[in-house]
Amino acid sequence: MKTRASLNAWRVLNGAQELGHGPPFWILFAVLFLTLLVYGFVGPTFSLSNLANFLAYVPMALGLSFLWGYSGVLSFGQAAFFGIAGYVYGLVAGNFVGTWGGTLIATVCGIGASMVVAAAFGYFLFYGQVSGWIIPLLTLVLTLILETFMGQTAGYQWRLGRVLFGGYNGMTGIPSLRIGPLEFSGASTAFYFLAVGTIFIVYLGLRFLVNSSYGYAVVAVREDAERTRMLGYHVDLIQVQVFTLAAGLAGLSGVLYVSWGNYMNPSSMGLVAATLPVIWTSVGGRNSLIAVLLSTVSLKWLADSLAVRGGEYAFLILGALLLLTMLFFPTGIVVSIAQKWRFRSRQRAIVADAEPPEGKQTGGIP
Amino acid sequence: MSTAYIVSLLYQYADNVAFLLLAAVGLMIILGVTDIINLAHGELIMMGAYITTLAYNHAHLPLPICMVLSVIGVGLFGMFLERIVIRRFYNDKLGALVATWGIGLILSQGNLLLLGPSMPSVPLPEWTISYQGYSFGGYRLLLFSVAILVVVVAWWFFYKTRLGVQTRATMQNAKMAQSLGVDTRRIYLFTFAAGSALAGLTGALYAPTTTIVPLMGTTFVDVAFITVVVGGGANPILGALTSSAFLSVISTELSSVFGTFIGRIGLLIAALVVIRFLPQGISGYLRDIKRRRMARVST
Repeated sequence: MKTRASLNAWRVLNGAQELGHGPPFWILFAVLFLTLLVYGFVGPTFSLSNLANFLAYVPMALGLSFLWGYSGVLSFGQAAFFGIAGYVYGLVAGNFVGTWGGTLIATVCGIGASMVVAAAFGYFLFYGQVSGWIIPLLTLVLTLILETFMGQTAGYQWRLGRVLFGGYNGMTGIPSLRIGPLEFSGASTAFYFLAVGTIFIVYLGLRFLVNSSYGYAVVAVREDAERTRMLGYHVDLIQVQVFTLAAGLAGLSGVLYVSWGNYMNPSSMGLVAATLPVIWTSVGGRNSLIAVLLSTVSLKWLADSLAVRGGEYAFLILGALLLLTMLFFPTGIVVSIAQKWRFRSRQRAIVADAEPPEGKQTGGIP
Repeated sequence: MSTAYIVSLLYQYADNVAFLLLAAVGLMIILGVTDIINLAHGELIMMGAYITTLAYNHAHLPLPICMVLSVIGVGLFGMFLERIVIRRFYNDKLGALVATWGIGLILSQGNLLLLGPSMPSVPLPEWTISYQGYSFGGYRLLLFSVAILVVVVAWWFFYKTRLGVQTRATMQNAKMAQSLGVDTRRIYLFTFAAGSALAGLTGALYAPTTTIVPLMGTTFVDVAFITVVVGGGANPILGALTSSAFLSVISTELSSVFGTFIGRIGLLIAALVVIRFLPQGISGYLRDIKRRRMARVST
């Protein structure tokens, strides 16, 4: 009985809604994560800290992949929820300094705040059954308004307890996440392992979710919302749930980021910040979680190395990359490569099937 | 309340209407006809402002001619964009949104690299009209008249010209229009050019009133997006007019009491409430009423 349940869980995990199945994929996947783990022990602290920063953005991107790729809703709001969680974490953690578990409470508050805002926002968006273009527009406006709001909180009157909002200077001195004696600050190896562990869990969790029956309902909504509604699903509710979950993942990224850098500023929910998750997701391929994971880390790395040589070029190049991807690889670059590869190997298999070895033909049509 | 106070409120109201209307009308016409949201709209507005500013400061042309240059230049650029990029996305609306977003990024960042973080702006024509202690900027009133003129011209075009009839046919049913001999690709091309030209006009008109920076498009697009969402794409002209008239009531009240920022938040909340009950926007709601009435007459 127990083996059957675990076999079932394995089938769901290995399901068809995500690129990569069977032993070859899982071996590669295990190698990837083992490399990340081993690198945590042998890598230099500076590169570990950098890599951990890139990894911190992965949950936000995976959330958008789930929202856009699987449920067909494009949102520019991930940065807003990232920012809300970061700021709320900063406010709560800053006031609970010294209290045992203060940062854990702050984490819950931060992620919770972005999920509550997302659920309220999502209610208006999805229960009205608006057309697809309205959601990106209004989430973009939400992001811009939040940036403006946080930007004007510079004065001393903008504070909560002992934490200053900081306006465009940002909120500084935010305490890192701390569990017992372990402090997950940006320069520590502990944070690196926390980030790797988080994206491992988030990836597998989302992969399980999209291949479960709930995930199939989500994809059905993407394919034809009206038909799914007729089949008795609460389409609006499913969309609000997915939107809220994506916001929660963005919030998780926000908390990780704040814990890493001890700092938050309004431009993390500005126009450019709102674009980045969309770029990562579309360049990788929004219909595949693993593709988004890979593209997020590599594009973040690319932007970072470009920023060293003059930041202005970074966004020009990212914008061009986005445009070219949409023009020539609408399903995403990583996904296109994977599909081509799979198509090739399948064709090879077909060719091998079509040419049976000589002299072994038995039966056939009389 | 004195008459002068009411007049000054009306003046602010007219100023807000003009801003919303001009910022949104190009976007809305493109949405209404081609069903595509052009996220590079703000950058097209920015382009219009830059062309006017450059022509005025460097070529020393008179201001109206600079503005005409903006309209033509951005309109042609819009045509180019439609040919090169937009045309491939008529079957993938969200794809178009993302692609035009990429174009917007390229334009604003490219501009930042090319022309620097800011440039001296065009001096504001100083016409003032004073009335019982309040003084009103004549240029603001001009903006309002231009906004109304744009609506009138667009209405005339849509309802009184042959091309306008073809455009409305394409809006209603593109395939049917095509089979009746309407060149819908050409209609889409012209629509995109017209919408871009209107963005250029907006940028040119507001160039004297704002600072000229590469990211100036964002100050236009957030209100433009809300106006478009509230108005809906069912009838761009009616939608732009009703939506900016309605939203300006909210933003004028809130801005004059609590400041611009609360005004913006009020607009966002208004948009959320409106789409909760009128998902197609005001113009979609009006269209539904009209259809229902027609159905009742025919039975």
